[in-house]
Amino acid sequence: MSETGLRTATGAGAAAGDADQVKAEPRAPSTAGNNNRDGWLFMAPYLVLFGVFVILPTLFGLWISLHDYDYTLAEKPFVGLDNFTGLLSGDSPFATPFWDGMQATAIFTLGSVPLLLVLPLLVAMAMNLKFRGRNFFRAMYFAPYVLGVAVIAVLWRYLLDTNIGLVNHYLDLVGLSAVTPWLTQLPWAWISLIGVTIWWTLGFNTVIYLAALQDISPELYEAAKMDGATAMQRFTNVTLPGLRPVLLFVTSVTIIASVNMFGQAYLMTQGGPGQETRTAIYQIAETGLTSFNSGVASAMSLIFSVFLSAVSLAVFFLFRERTPNRSKQTALTNQKGGAA
Amino acid sequence: MSSTVTRTSTTRTSGAQATTSRGSSRRGLLYVLLVVLTLLFISPLIYMLSTSFKTTADAAATTPQWIPSDPTGQAYDAILNTDGTPVVRWFLNSLAAATLQTLLILVTAAMAGYALARIDFRGKKIVFAVIIATLFIPPVILLIPNYLIVGRLGWLDSLLAVVVPGAAGAFGVFFLRQFFLGLPVELEEAAAIDGATRWRTFLKIILPLSRPALVTLALLSFLTNWNDFLWPVYVLFSPENQTLPAGLSTLQNANAVRYDLLMAGAVIASAPVLLLYLAAQRYVVEGVGRAGLKG
Repeated sequence: MSETGLRTATGAGAAAGDADQVKAEPRAPSTAGNNNRDGWLFMAPYLVLFGVFVILPTLFGLWISLHDYDYTLAEKPFVGLDNFTGLLSGDSPFATPFWDGMQATAIFTLGSVPLLLVLPLLVAMAMNLKFRGRNFFRAMYFAPYVLGVAVIAVLWRYLLDTNIGLVNHYLDLVGLSAVTPWLTQLPWAWISLIGVTIWWTLGFNTVIYLAALQDISPELYEAAKMDGATAMQRFTNVTLPGLRPVLLFVTSVTIIASVNMFGQAYLMTQGGPGQETRTAIYQIAETGLTSFNSGVASAMSLIFSVFLSAVSLAVFFLFRERTPNRSKQTALTNQKGGAA
Repeated sequence: MSSTVTRTSTTRTSGAQATTSRGSSRRGLLYVLLVVLTLLFISPLIYMLSTSFKTTADAAATTPQWIPSDPTGQAYDAILNTDGTPVVRWFLNSLAAATLQTLLILVTAAMAGYALARIDFRGKKIVFAVIIATLFIPPVILLIPNYLIVGRLGWLDSLLAVVVPGAAGAFGVFFLRQFFLGLPVELEEAAAIDGATRWRTFLKIILPLSRPALVTLALLSFLTNWNDFLWPVYVLFSPENQTLPAGLSTLQNANAVRYDLLMAGAVIASAPVLLLYLAAQRYVVEGVGRAGLKG
């Protein structure tokens, strides 16, 4: 029996199928109409949210960026592309803080992403050996990730305190400097922010790598071993190719999370020393939501997004060759990766 | 597959005794490494808990105390009873916001995910394409305009601001759509033959079958909202309206070096999610692991 036939039975109650549908599907007059009605009714609650808080702000953001839009002022004159040209040429008073913020974001991203790709892989490979208590260890390593950035930042500001922090205390015990200014001087502030972020999110990438490693068929390793492949050769010829699809995902999530870094700097260094660790997101939020220069801040967020898109595209093409269908997933990571 | 185990088995002929002892010493090394890593990840949390029960002086002592020499609940007393930092209110605000947003996501995402997975309605392809397209929009693009929209709605400094806009993300819709696509169609067809309406089929057949996916989505949504920081910091101003993460920032501004108070606040902000995590660790960890494997 055909599916349409079955669905017709469902529609017994609603005889209001429209004339077009009757022509198109004479045997199922109410089904298509019902499907249209049901489909949109089921979509409706989400579409209201989606329309008001995703579609509308996307368009509104573009409109704001073309205006001298100060939330607190009645006059919001149209200024064309002035907000963009001011930032790009450096003429705008907001240009220097913005590009400093972009630079801070770049430093943090370049410092954290490679470590967040490699260290969790090493941990995941150790975890992929069969041993008792594996799930216990996995749960322990993941634990910091379930905490919010506010908790981990407040905690580590204490542990990294120059005078009473645990870190300096134990460094002193092993004969290293006891007075490292972890949060108030460069390069220490960056090392701290990157280190804490690794501590916080290593478990997330590890869990993803581990799931992928467990998906690689053991026969491939057996076969490689039969052929006399060394451990290193098995890694490059079996493990890495097996991880390739997940590498795109992990790389994208990690980059997106890193470029969105905010809470760590806001709470641990307050953007300092000076404004050195004030990231782009931090700068955009302060410009738009504290100083209420919404127009400039929107322009900043669009310029920021162009950079991010360029990086994302580069990553995508880097991993694309053997994984043609992962673009949707990359996009999903945009939504989930903003947590930092 | 364990390389140690397989190595032992393949080299069995060349001398089982030697390989086994090498295997076990390697295993010992592995455990040492695993335990060191565990300490690295867990000891800061233990120290946070410990400091929250210290006196102000002990919390600021240069020699760390893993066990408080003079255990006291003074830090909790202090932050729970101060007007400027109403931690109990923050806790309730966070609980309400995370619970309500999770419910909102579950309801809207399950319905939309079901429509996209199972109902052939006119315009479905376009809706789906638009939702996919917006997934490529970095969230920061929405930050400023959403603040203004929330302001226009009169929701600034209110619970609605931290409940509703965050539920509009498409992750839940995709996550559940994917799960529904994997369910066998036969049960729904049988229900249809029995004359069940679409809504009834959804409620009585689809949702009960989807419990694991719904639990995972609920947990991830709750954790995300509970921990959200940037948005609440900017949209909530009044001390009594903050959520815990935003409140921790306020607490830090008010007590920059009172680490006893700050750690007590951090413990209160982490306890619910850590307990939730302990109880449902499998769902969380495997949900995340799966996210990497599937679209």
